[in-house]
Amino acid sequence: MMTFIAGHISYWLIICLMMVGLYTLMSCSNLLKKIAGLSVFQTGAILFYVSLGKIDGGTIPIIAEGYSLYSNPLPQVLMLTAIVVGVATTALGFALIVRIREAYSSIEEDEIITMDRQDD
Amino acid sequence: MTEHISVLLIIIPLIAAPLMVIVNNTRFSWLVSLAVTAVCTYLSFVLMTDIQGGSEVHYAMGGWAPPWGIAYLIDPLNALVTFIVCLIALTTMIFARKSVDREIEAHAAPLFYAAFLLCFLGLVGICLTGDIFNMFVFLEISSLASYALIGMGKNRRALTASFHYLILGTLGATFFLLGIGMLLAATGTLNMQDLTGLLPAIENRPLLHTAFALIVVGLALKAAIFPLHLWLPNAYTYAPSTVSIFLSATSTKVALYALIRCLYDVFSFDYMLDSWLPQALLFIGTVAVIYGSWLAIGQNEVKKMLAYSSVAQIGYIVIGIGLLSDDGLRASLLHIFNHALMKGMLFMVAGVLVYRLNSTHYQSISGMGKRMPITFGAFIIGALSLIGVPGTVGFVSKWNLAQAALAQQQWMVVVVLLVGSLMAVIYCWKLIEVLYFQPASKSRISKVEQGGDSVARMPVGMIIAMWGLALLCIFFGFNTEMTLQGAQIAVDALYSARGITP
Repeated sequence: MMTFIAGHISYWLIICLMMVGLYTLMSCSNLLKKIAGLSVFQTGAILFYVSLGKIDGGTIPIIAEGYSLYSNPLPQVLMLTAIVVGVATTALGFALIVRIREAYSSIEEDEIITMDRQDD
Repeated sequence: MTEHISVLLIIIPLIAAPLMVIVNNTRFSWLVSLAVTAVCTYLSFVLMTDIQGGSEVHYAMGGWAPPWGIAYLIDPLNALVTFIVCLIALTTMIFARKSVDREIEAHAAPLFYAAFLLCFLGLVGICLTGDIFNMFVFLEISSLASYALIGMGKNRRALTASFHYLILGTLGATFFLLGIGMLLAATGTLNMQDLTGLLPAIENRPLLHTAFALIVVGLALKAAIFPLHLWLPNAYTYAPSTVSIFLSATSTKVALYALIRCLYDVFSFDYMLDSWLPQALLFIGTVAVIYGSWLAIGQNEVKKMLAYSSVAQIGYIVIGIGLLSDDGLRASLLHIFNHALMKGMLFMVAGVLVYRLNSTHYQSISGMGKRMPITFGAFIIGALSLIGVPGTVGFVSKWNLAQAALAQQQWMVVVVLLVGSLMAVIYCWKLIEVLYFQPASKSRISKVEQGGDSVARMPVGMIIAMWGLALLCIFFGFNTEMTLQGAQIAVDALYSARGITP
């Protein structure tokens, strides 16, 4: 049992990280904190990919004499794209928050919902 | 030539979008978007007819042979969906000019068209690509563009709707990404054709089942399948009219295509049969039909009613997928095409209402039926099609779905089809009654900036786009051969690629 946990320690940490992100996302009514939670959640997915490519004792994937074991570079390359997507999402989320604050003068979700109810 | 079309469809809008930002002129941007969508529609039509003629396109991006490079694989299924997306984009652009002038602030209009083309490009990319990670990237391109587009709505609720969609959409995409990661861990490839070949030999079933679950949930969020539809009603209601038209007709459909591709093509049928997914999809679909229709009845705003009706119509498509037969899948594909036509058209009617009356509330449009015969004539055709009256496209797909359900003796589904249609009668009738049998309310009309106390004139572009789709609704309602054959060829190709004779 212990070897199962210790052997997959990176995955356990990633799961914890993602759950932290998801919980922040769901529990906070502050929109900025929601975006923060979302970023943590996405980071979990990115770390998951990066840890897939890691090989014990492997070196960076550049062919050189004396090395025969290399880490897999593909997941990391993929994650460059995913990081860009994550940055774009976060930036767009912040831009929306700025405009929400201009329109509602609040960034608390519960207050915004009350204001929307009053409009009806 | 056909080979290069597949990549041209992506490159043309990709070049046009930044060009529009640089030139920064509204009229220019509109003309360019119109030209780009028109060219893409033509190209995708050529592509579709070529592919349906029996050829298959493999395009290796940058000359890197798959599975190392990104490959575009076009078969009848994605050729059909691509054509739908392009066609709807073209009609939306014909419709858009005046509507955008009215609803989007002048300084943001060129950016609006640029974002529109990016969204369009993302959706086409999802359809064309044969690489599952590339699919994720295009999914995010189209989603990011659509968050921005929805946020441009005039009502401040558009901002919260867009934010809500951003959170849920990103969650869905991240689930999808995790699923892809697990597939990569299991097989070491991202090419979908490669995955199809490698997956059956994989011993580690729990890993694959997890990947399967994550991919299905992620895509279901994007496709707004009940109960993951919560972002949809507000996003469609408060988005600018042009955006509502385009997104309602294409974005959920493309996500459903991605789901079909992953369920039927990447994973084999065993995974579906092993799991309880088919039953779950049938159940979810039936609940979606009833729930969406029920809420649509309760609405008193045209756009919101249409949005909830979309939730119900997505339910029909999901039922077709869940039937797990070639007939069911064919009905789903038909409904993807037909629903894109009719929902696009109905949202155009809502767009005309916003343009001419500045409101889509039932109160403020009461008694307008006789004063706006062209608009509401189109609405009635769309409503009949939603209900599924023979002679409209809605009937064709519902009839096929009913037949597929009967073939498997799924009586429940048949009953739900009937009940859903009856409920569609109720929510459409509710609006028709407001339009034709209630006294006209003149008070609201005066709020329109142009046209004094009479309704504003209707721009020609709107009439052409709206009636173009309305006539297509009737045309494909009578001439079922073309769409049925297209869907049948797509299903056959999907089955034969897996070595199964339907």
